[in-house]
Formats: sequence, structure tokens, C-alpha cells
Amino acid sequence: MIEIDAITKVYDGTPAVDAVSLTVETGTITAIVGTSGSGKTTLLRMINRLVEPSSGEVRINGEPTTGLPKVTLRRRIGYAIQGHGLFPHHSVARNIGAVPRLLGWPRDEIRARVDELLELFSMPPDAFRDRYPGELSGGQQQRVGVARALASRPDMILMDEPFGALDPIIRTRAQEDLKRIQQALGSTILIVTHDMEEAIQLGDKVAVMDAGKLVQYAAPAEIIAKPATEFVAEMVGGVDRPLKMLSLVPVSEIVEEGAVDGPAIGAETSLRDALSTCLWSGRDALRVEREGRVVGHVTLAAIRARAEAHR
Amino acid sequence: MSWGAALRAALIALLLALVLRPDWFEPLFAPAAPAGGPVIYERASLLSLSLSHLGLVALASGAATLVAVTLAVLVTRPAGAAFRPLSRTITNIGQTFPPVAVLALAVPALGFGAGPTLVALFLYGLLPIFENAVTGLSSLPPSAMEAARGIGLNRRQRLFQVELPLALPVILTGIRLSVVIALGTATIGSTVAARTLGEVIIAGLLTNNTAYVLQGGLIVGLFAVLIYDALVQLERRLARRLGVAG
Repeated sequence: MIEIDAITKVYDGTPAVDAVSLTVETGTITAIVGTSGSGKTTLLRMINRLVEPSSGEVRINGEPTTGLPKVTLRRRIGYAIQGHGLFPHHSVARNIGAVPRLLGWPRDEIRARVDELLELFSMPPDAFRDRYPGELSGGQQQRVGVARALASRPDMILMDEPFGALDPIIRTRAQEDLKRIQQALGSTILIVTHDMEEAIQLGDKVAVMDAGKLVQYAAPAEIIAKPATEFVAEMVGGVDRPLKMLSLVPVSEIVEEGAVDGPAIGAETSLRDALSTCLWSGRDALRVEREGRVVGHVTLAAIRARAEAHR
Repeated sequence: MSWGAALRAALIALLLALVLRPDWFEPLFAPAAPAGGPVIYERASLLSLSLSHLGLVALASGAATLVAVTLAVLVTRPAGAAFRPLSRTITNIGQTFPPVAVLALAVPALGFGAGPTLVALFLYGLLPIFENAVTGLSSLPPSAMEAARGIGLNRRQRLFQVELPLALPVILTGIRLSVVIALGTATIGSTVAARTLGEVIIAGLLTNNTAYVLQGGLIVGLFAVLIYDALVQLERRLARRLGVAG
């Protein structure tokens, strides 16, 4: 559990981060979202003390971060940034193993961990271990950057716009990968983004920042349904709010008994994608399958009812 | 074998022959020698002069590299930033002073021999290395630097594991310039009795023997070209690895 307690950073008399408090539960993803200049990156950087807070404190599992030397603290917290920040003169394996090496892990243990992470990110270790970052695609570089942050099994991982430099298709895949890996490892992740869509997709909770203040901290569904301020409403976007809402709900929640003909969708598909498939194929109902077996169907009417439930 | 590699091999062979078997070139240089005078320099072995010449250059450039890179590292730390203009001035002065003047001033203090030449080459070599090292160390990729700090490398580890390796190609360019300048400049060290290939050239000038001048000049020139080329190759190899990373 990470407790951020009334943390403030003042630059030249103006607060960049103004008395922000929030608690992050272990094993969850919290997305901090805001426009540029909202203080979200400063907030993140105060957690591993790349920026020293003017006042307030951060506690990790009850221990104040000021109790450790900065370098020791940072080695216990994973860190991934926009533009990956890989060391261009080190191989992929050496990049991923950077923190374990700093921590003095035995050589074969580092090697095993590097291979394990490469597998996890669907990059065959034999093909990628000895390559250099410059020889990888943008998406692969970004995966190596995230793998480096995970390498030492840190208490928590901080990510600053980790997908900011990726094009939209690779970006969506990277987000799905991160979610899958986070669920598999049970990591605690704090991710900064300017993209509300990304925050809603990834976050178990979303923290919205505006002008240095935390304006709302809630589950994504609540952020969409009940934006606390004008600013949050604007971030969530007016017209496609129902679609954002639907994107959070899997088909399995409203599936009905009985099979229908036509194209099938997976039970974990979001209602937004189901709606899209309905419209595209011109059908009012879709068959729902799970691992190739029919589990029922979902109707356009049910999707609509679900979208309207939040009005 | 490419044209470049063939040319390189030919130049190396020519240089070795000039240094080890100077008598082979007697017919070639004979027209330039005064009538009845010696054609090939025989007062000292060209091999030992070459080694002594290269040794002086290596020593002076090594010392200049050590001092210039250390200075550059210091002034690129936050605490040393204030000293940047001062160190720039000092290294600039080293470059402005003509080596001949340094030799003249150093002889009374250090006596004749290799000493004054070493001082002159050292001072002359500082500036290119310092300037390049400062440039290299202050134009590192920001995201790699941020990551290095963020994952918990301490200052020392950042310097030796990230900053210096990444700045190395640019620093090497400075060293290359400095070494090539020193190779040429070292010849005038023989005016104050340093043992360099300049001895051959000066002997030629004093006795009106163009054959000597050609012989000495050719050897120094070939050394400069080949060493320059070798360092370029090294830089390319390093930069290729970093470059693709862009």
C-alpha cells in the first residue's frame, strides 16, 4: 500500500502539486491523468524522490520514503518513462538486468529473470537477449523499458507516459499487455498519462489532476458517470461518455441464455466492441462464446439498457 | 577487398619500407639531394626516431586526454558549472600560444630535450579534447539520463556506466584531432633536441638537402594519415552501435 499524504511541491512560490493525498492499494493500477502542467509528473517523481517534496510525505507499506537513501529507494521502485530511456550502449539483457545487477543478484539469477521477462513480453530470449535497443522497433523498445521496470520485482512501479511515443495500434496492444502482465504478477502500478481513454482502460482507479490539485479519485466507472468537476467532465468528453462506459463492461455481465446465429464474440469482449459488431453486421443479437463454446447471446437492447443505467 | 582497405594496406607497406629499409628509396630521392651529397639520412636509425616521435605524441596526448576529460567531467557536474568559462579560457590559452613560443619559454625551465616538447604538445592538445568532451557530456539523450537516475544509479555509476560510454565517440573525435596536430607539431621539438622525426627534416633544411626533408616529411605525413584513419574507424564502430539507437 502506498500512502501519499498531503504532498506539496512549490516552485518559485507557485505550487506545482498542491497538498495531494491518495492511497494506492497493493496489486492495483492507479492512473494519474491530467493536462500538461497539471502536476501529474511532478507528483510521480516525488514518490521516488527525483523531485524532493516541499512538504508532506509518501509511505510505502507504512515506511516513509525519506527513511531510505534516495538510491536505495529508487532501486526498490520500478521506473518506466516515455521514450523508453534504454541505455543504447547496453544489450537488451543488460538493460533489463540493470536493477538486479545494482542490487547484487547472482549472475545466473539475473539471466533467468531476464529470460522470464522476455518470454512474458512475447520476445523470444534467444532472438532478443543480445540485441541492442537501436535494433528494435518502437514497440519492442517500450516493452524492454517496462520489463526493466519489473525486473527486480519491486514493491511498486512508476510509469510516466510509457506509451506516449507509440503509434495507436501498438499502443493499444501495449496497454493490453501491461494489464495482462500486471494481473499475472500482481504488481502495484502508478501510471501517469494525459489520455483519459488510456487511464480508463488501464486504471483500477483514476486520479484526475488539475492545476496541481487532485480533483477526483475514483473507479473509472464513477469518473465517467459522476465527474466531480467541470474539468473532469471535459476530460471524460461529452458525447462519447456512454461509449467509454460500455468499454469498461465485458459482455459476460449481460449475457442471456440461448444461442443465436451469425458472428460470435468472446465473453471478455467489451460492450463497446459488441455494440460496434452489432452495428457493423446489422444484427440485433450476437452469439457469445468462451473458448469456442457457446455461452449465450447478447442483444442490442440489453447493451442500450446498460448504457442508460448510468443516466 | 575494398578500395579503402587496399589503399590502407598499401600506405602501411610504404610506411614500413620507408622506416625499415630507407636504402630502397635511394634512387627515388637521389634527384632531390645535392650533387655528391648523402641521399638517405643515416645519422640515426629512422625506426628509433619514429618510436621516439610516437612515444612523445602518445605521452603528451595521453596526459592531455586525462586532464581535459577530467576537467570536462568536473565542469559538467552541477557543482562545477561555475568553472566552465574559466576552464574554457585556460584551454584556449593553451591553444593560442604558438608551440614554438612554448618551446622557447620552456627550455630555460626544463632544459633541452624531450621536456619542452612534451609541455608544448600537452598544452596544444588540451583544447580539442576538452571542447569535445564538454559537448559530448552535455548532449546526452535526456531519457536515458532520466532513466539512469530513476532506476537508482548513483552519481559515480551514472558517470562511468552511462555518461562517459555515451559521450565516448565525441570525445574520441577530440582526441583524434589532438593526436594528429601533435604528430605534426612534434617535429619542431627537434629544434630543442627532442628526438623526433623532425630531426631528419631539420637536418635537410640546414644542409640544403631536399631528399632528407622529403624523407622525414613523408614518414610523418604517413603516420598522421594512418593514425587518423585508425581512429576514424574506431569512432565509427562505436557510433554505429549508439547511432542506430538514435
